[in-house]
Amino acid sequence: MNEVLNAVKPPRNPNIPDLNIGDIVSVFVRIKEGNNERVQEFKGTVIAMHESATNPTFTVRRIASNGIGVERTFLFQSPRIEKVTVQRHSHVRRAKLYYLRERTGKSARLKQKFTK
Amino acid sequence: MFKGLIGKKIGMTQIFDENGAAIPVTVIEAGPCYVTQVRTEERDGYSAVQLGFGESKPRRLTGGQLGHLKKHNLPPLRFLREFRAKNVEVKEGDKLTVDVFEVGDHVDVVGHAKGRGFAGAVKRYGFGGGPKTHGQSDRHRAPGSIGATSGTARVFPGKRMAGHMGTHRVTAQNLEVVLVDAERNLIGVRGAVPGPKGGLVLVKEARKQ
Repeated sequence: MNEVLNAVKPPRNPNIPDLNIGDIVSVFVRIKEGNNERVQEFKGTVIAMHESATNPTFTVRRIASNGIGVERTFLFQSPRIEKVTVQRHSHVRRAKLYYLRERTGKSARLKQKFTK
Repeated sequence: MFKGLIGKKIGMTQIFDENGAAIPVTVIEAGPCYVTQVRTEERDGYSAVQLGFGESKPRRLTGGQLGHLKKHNLPPLRFLREFRAKNVEVKEGDKLTVDVFEVGDHVDVVGHAKGRGFAGAVKRYGFGGGPKTHGQSDRHRAPGSIGATSGTARVFPGKRMAGHMGTHRVTAQNLEVVLVDAERNLIGVRGAVPGPKGGLVLVKEARKQ
């Protein structure tokens, strides 16, 4: 990547830890409603990461009420993210878990991976 | 006061505003530029500022170019471009840097579009092309009818058809300046700018504000 661009780009949000594909994470996002600011939690599985030099992102998928899948893409550099907590890791064999979109219920589960 | 710079397009990235919203930014390495000549109504019949940009080796310039620059003891500059300006307020030999613009200004950016080669009417003029199904063959990206039959018996001049596209001058108007870095001679504008990375661009005050 171009050195000059590298110098201009914003730093990664330090409140985001290193993530892995398949992690169950809670993303706490600051939301502005009028004059109020509050923090909203978005809990789900990391199904994709886009490691771009200028705008890296990660996508979290969660199952909302009525079994409707909701995906949200967050920017690693975004100052709006308060913090990200990792609940557990999963055993996955690919970089993008888009196959989870076609699955519901039991078949949409990922095997937990225990790390020391 | 005259505001204008010559620069090099570096590329695109994104930055965040105070609300945390991402802004798409094109970064331009602009200036330092030198005023190499001021064109006046009396002498030249029009009023403009000629800027020079991009230091190079003296042997890459012709003797005439070097003489032109030597008049005001300027370094050898690769690119000379003129900017039309009404009230000039700069002198020959002046140095202009990115701080002529500040965050919140609006600018026009002129560049040369990327070359597309010999392009069809769909890419070049946004034609719809032909039907994709119902037994069509060879008609998917065709331009359609190009005119009437024996009534006119010719194709009118200016009819939009396939041909060479790109490498022409394009102006992106009214781009907001969102970043000025005097230390690195960088200026960042919201949105895209014509031309390839490394291409020469002119940054001017916005004409329509």
